[in-house]
Amino acid sequence: MNPMKNVVLFGATSAIASAVARELVDTGARLFCVARDGEALEALLADLRVRGDDPDGARILGATADLADIDGHAAIWQQAQEALGEVDSVLLAWGTLPDQAACNASVDETLEAIHVNGTSAIALLARIAPDFEARGRGVIAAIGSVAGDRGRQSNYAYGTAKGMLAIYLQGLRNRLFFSGVDVVTLKPGFVRTPMTEGFNRAGALWAEPETVARGIIRAMHRGRDVAYLPGKWWVIMTIIRLIPEYLFKRLKL
Amino acid sequence: MTASWNRIPRVEHAAEVALGWRGRALPDVPRPLLAHGLGRSYGDVCLNPEASLLHTPGLDRFVAFDAATGRMTAEAGVSLDALLRFAVPRGWFPPVVPGTRFVTLGGAVANDVHGKNHHQAGSFGDHVRALTLRRSDGQVLEVTPENTPDWFAATVGGLGLTGLIETVTLQLAPIRSAWMRAWSQRFDSLDAFWELNTQSEREWPYTVAWIDCLNPGAGGRVGRGIYSGGRHATTAPRKDAWHERRRSIPLDPPVSLVNRLTLRAFNHLYYRQPVHATPRAVHHLPWLFPLDAIRHWNRIYGHNGFYQYQCVLPPAASKDGVQALLDAIAASGQGSFLAVLKTFGDRAAPGLLSFPRPGATLALDFPEKGRDTERLFARLDAIVQEAGGALYPAKDARMPTDVFRQGFPRWEAFAEYVDPEFSSGFWRRVTA
Ligand SMILES: Cc1cc2nc3c(=O)[nH]c(=O)nc-3n(C[C@H](O)[C@H](O)[C@H](O)COP(=O)(O)OP(=O)(O)OC[C@H]3O[C@@H](n4cnc5c(N)ncnc54)[C@H](O)[C@@H]3O)c2cc1C
Ligand SMILES: NC(=O)c1ccc[n+]([C@@H]2O[C@H](COP(=O)([O-])OP(=O)(O)OC[C@H]3O[C@@H](n4cnc5c(N)ncnc54)[C@H](OP(=O)(O)O)[C@@H]3O)[C@@H](O)[C@H]2O)c1
Repeated sequence: MNPMKNVVLFGATSAIASAVARELVDTGARLFCVARDGEALEALLADLRVRGDDPDGARILGATADLADIDGHAAIWQQAQEALGEVDSVLLAWGTLPDQAACNASVDETLEAIHVNGTSAIALLARIAPDFEARGRGVIAAIGSVAGDRGRQSNYAYGTAKGMLAIYLQGLRNRLFFSGVDVVTLKPGFVRTPMTEGFNRAGALWAEPETVARGIIRAMHRGRDVAYLPGKWWVIMTIIRLIPEYLFKRLKL
Repeated sequence: MTASWNRIPRVEHAAEVALGWRGRALPDVPRPLLAHGLGRSYGDVCLNPEASLLHTPGLDRFVAFDAATGRMTAEAGVSLDALLRFAVPRGWFPPVVPGTRFVTLGGAVANDVHGKNHHQAGSFGDHVRALTLRRSDGQVLEVTPENTPDWFAATVGGLGLTGLIETVTLQLAPIRSAWMRAWSQRFDSLDAFWELNTQSEREWPYTVAWIDCLNPGAGGRVGRGIYSGGRHATTAPRKDAWHERRRSIPLDPPVSLVNRLTLRAFNHLYYRQPVHATPRAVHHLPWLFPLDAIRHWNRIYGHNGFYQYQCVLPPAASKDGVQALLDAIAASGQGSFLAVLKTFGDRAAPGLLSFPRPGATLALDFPEKGRDTERLFARLDAIVQEAGGALYPAKDARMPTDVFRQGFPRWEAFAEYVDPEFSSGFWRRVTA
């Protein structure tokens, strides 16, 4: 069975998820796109409907939701299931890149960053897991980050959230293995998206969202456990994880 | 640092912003503003020194497509490459394409670009049915040729100065195959070109000629070349698959690879390439966009960059004028890899500043050689002005003010529509 037939994208207007959606419409997938900005969502849906020869929106659907608002999760998940009839896979893609300096100056900022990038994603995973478990198939995927592999002074609020998400996914993978559900942790490196605008993005470490999107779809198809995107980040992060802490703490990273 | 395709001029911008969504307020960056598509212009129409650029390639969404009529509405940052990928398999084709597919719809509108089919199809703006234009006062104008003909005429060919084009509605042309039928033939003089051209333009929707501007042809005069014509095929060949073999110039060579020796050899070899007098099947990509197979080909000129010189001469002055231009270039000893000659059709272009107009257009590229290049251009300008012709703003980094004003006599009427918070290096230069 094609695990990418009926797909729910949470944070669909992100550059990476939009690129995933464009790839998927070509394969005939049915999509339910969730995003918080209504106008952006409409623009995304219109584009996907043109690309997918679906002018009436029969298979390309969506709704708005602020995914940081955990109380709204049940309703939007319900709506997605009703719209698609059946959900084969979900991709959690929303996030923000918090300003670490602002977090250092404010407890609220820090907790907010961890909420948007970590806790709120975990809340949604916890919400939908029983439905996947009951059906005994499907793919649950979420976008973490290489930043979650090690805490660095320059972005450890974000790193904490992504790291926490990765560990939650690890446990969930273990739990759902026994009911035949794949849980995929996606760890992109540096990607040229609005999130990283303003960075100097020249150089071989920077990837295009389209490249990462193809990697995401491949990983979800195969039910990979953890996928670094592009793959070379596995090598880089393995080296970075191996640096002893007494040295690492001295680095200006 | 953002540069144009020919890398002249080199300028700094106060701010550069990547736009992501249509329907949003213009960003809060230093004024004046200018949209920048894929930077395939050869000069400063797409640059805004000391001021701000709004990069549009993030506005890359389709908005609506009517599969029955071939009418496409898309955001202005959609490239012709993306449009081709979508449209060709569905039996539609952009009605006008320039010599590269890596341009945006917004850029194609703002320069009112032309293609090899101008004599039959007109320019890009002739197929635009609607535009949305964001002005700095917050208004978003729905611009159509019927309801707002004045704004339409200002914005088509308007060099990005009337505001930010957010969406473009374009009438596509039906095709039955991704393939074309095309032929080519050598001619040994400009006289032979004119004869071939009159005949071919009537029968072939796409025509163009390449001129060897270094090695003399018949009668010892420069003007020999290769003529080619093509049309969309009704069928595909048996082996339907075609894969572009992409090459790339990976980095700047330490010195320009373009010099007298390489130019002469290239032109000679190019002229001697096999021609196919009988139309044969070719895929549309290599035929319409031969240079697109070599990414970053502009790097062969090295870090200093190069100039394009593209002019149009009215019909009465075309024959003598083109010969005079070629003679002047030959006499200067500076030559061009790609000298392209084509005649435009008779229809008046839709924009106040549109470049296409009845007559012959000659386009050449020249390595940057400082004073020698300047002197040659002054000589060529004189021939163009004498003939009552014009230079193409999209291919210009240096035309003097008077050449602009003579070539675009409606520039003052156009100026009324320029958004007070938009400008460009080009505009400041030619209106100074
Ligand atoms: C190899 C090659 C071959 C070419 N062949 C041809 C040809 O055959 N015929 C021809 O006519 N041209 C030709 N050109 C030139 C090219 O088609 C034009 O310069 C085209 O406008 C470039 O589009 P762009 O998206 O790169 O725009 P840019 O070069 O980035 O910008 C061009 C102009 O468009 C404006 N603009 C861009 N987007 C918007 C927007 N959203 N709203 C308002 N203004 C906007 C800019 O302000 C600028 O004035 C060729 C160029 C190359 C490199
Ligand atoms: N870019 C990188 O280098 C990189 C690297 C590793 C991981 N990632 C991860 O990849 C994912 C996609 O990001 P991107 O790079 O594609 O950036 P992006 O285009 O900026 O996307 C971020 C998206 O998250 C949405 N979002 C933020 N808060 C939300 C909320 N409360 N509710 C709903 N949606 C919300 C944003 O919506 P609005 O438009 O409404 O704000 C936006 O669509 C993120 O999880 C990010 O952490 C990115």
